Amino acid sequence: MKMDRREFLRIAGLAGLGLGIGTGASGWILSRGIEASEFIPSPNALTAKRWAMVVVLSKFKTEEDYKRVIDACHRFHNVPDIGNPKDEVKWIWTDTYEHVFVGQENEYLPEEFKERPFPLLCNHCTKAPCVRVCPTKATFKRKDGITMQDYHRCIGCRFCMAACPYGARSFNWRDPRPFIKETNPSYPTRTKGVVEKCTYCVELLENGEMPKCVQASKGGLIFGDLMDPNSEVRKVLSENFSMRRKAEMGTGPSVFYIIGGGEEDV
Amino acid sequence: MYDGGKIITGIIIFLLFATFPFYYNIGKAHVKPDPKLDTPVIKQLKEKKCVESKSYMRAYHMQLLDDWRNQALRKANRTYRNEEGKLFEISLQNTCMKCHSNKQKFCDECHKYAEVKPYCWDCHFVKEAKEGGAAR
Repeated sequence: MKMDRREFLRIAGLAGLGLGIGTGASGWILSRGIEASEFIPSPNALTAKRWAMVVVLSKFKTEEDYKRVIDACHRFHNVPDIGNPKDEVKWIWTDTYEHVFVGQENEYLPEEFKERPFPLLCNHCTKAPCVRVCPTKATFKRKDGITMQDYHRCIGCRFCMAACPYGARSFNWRDPRPFIKETNPSYPTRTKGVVEKCTYCVELLENGEMPKCVQASKGGLIFGDLMDPNSEVRKVLSENFSMRRKAEMGTGPSVFYIIGGGEEDV
Repeated sequence: MYDGGKIITGIIIFLLFATFPFYYNIGKAHVKPDPKLDTPVIKQLKEKKCVESKSYMRAYHMQLLDDWRNQALRKANRTYRNEEGKLFEISLQNTCMKCHSNKQKFCDECHKYAEVKPYCWDCHFVKEAKEGGAAR
């Protein structure tokens, strides 16, 4: 077939036009399905600029007070009880003063403080080291200050565990399912090979509920918006002396401890 | 052609091997996946409709689930408004599986046929697992 220049250009032009229309139309057809749908926050969600928690230590008197809070969290979130410290998975736990407030201990402290357990959980730091080191952005910072993780994306490298100065993160060395006594069917478990920690119960906050530990604490844990001057956390913090764990590291922890003194009016 | 006999024999043997899956399966019943929609919750629905149209869900449920996860987890959007304006709580375990409680007869039916192995069930629960049968 012989083709002159003019003929060739005409065919090439038409072909180009057809291709353009074809891809445009198929793209439109493919994207059409979800055009009218949208994602919105739940209507009764609790919101804050920066969520924070205050631990009022004087309200934790007996072992039962700690257990009630820890069990409420661990049961709801299907946290396994593996039973050996190496494989331990924990969202909220306890430790002694010298481990909790490192560098602030002195030998003349009241005996009561040296021995008593302190409730511990993820500090949801402003400048969270775990977020900075995560290579897949599985751990990330939400707008409301919560340090959240996406287990779908976690590759189990454990950089975050090395970075966290509070030991708030646990690795699933084995399948957690056989170690969960009573499973809560409304919440997922984790799988072998991912790192997990406290989430400040985001899914509850977004449905208008306070975190499980706060609900179970009978006033021992106070939760609210640190950026709202009228919130309960701000009120309590303005009236009592409080401490944060390893704040000198510049992580900006959002869990405050009110230790002794003036506890009766909290 | 040099060594014609050997070459042709080779080609024939090759073709026999290459087409083995085809004539091996000739006449065998071709079992189509048949996902079941007969769970108690679905039976009680007046209008039997998923969050989006059947054809959309069939083709794009994986993208939808992906969007759901990212929106809920990362953007704090836990509610989905579908094309008709109906609202749904974004949750695989509590919304999808509430109706499709028959994972083995619904999800697995096609997934097995298509030989895809989604790892949803490593973490998310299926309630039917309690009544015996594998959880995953």
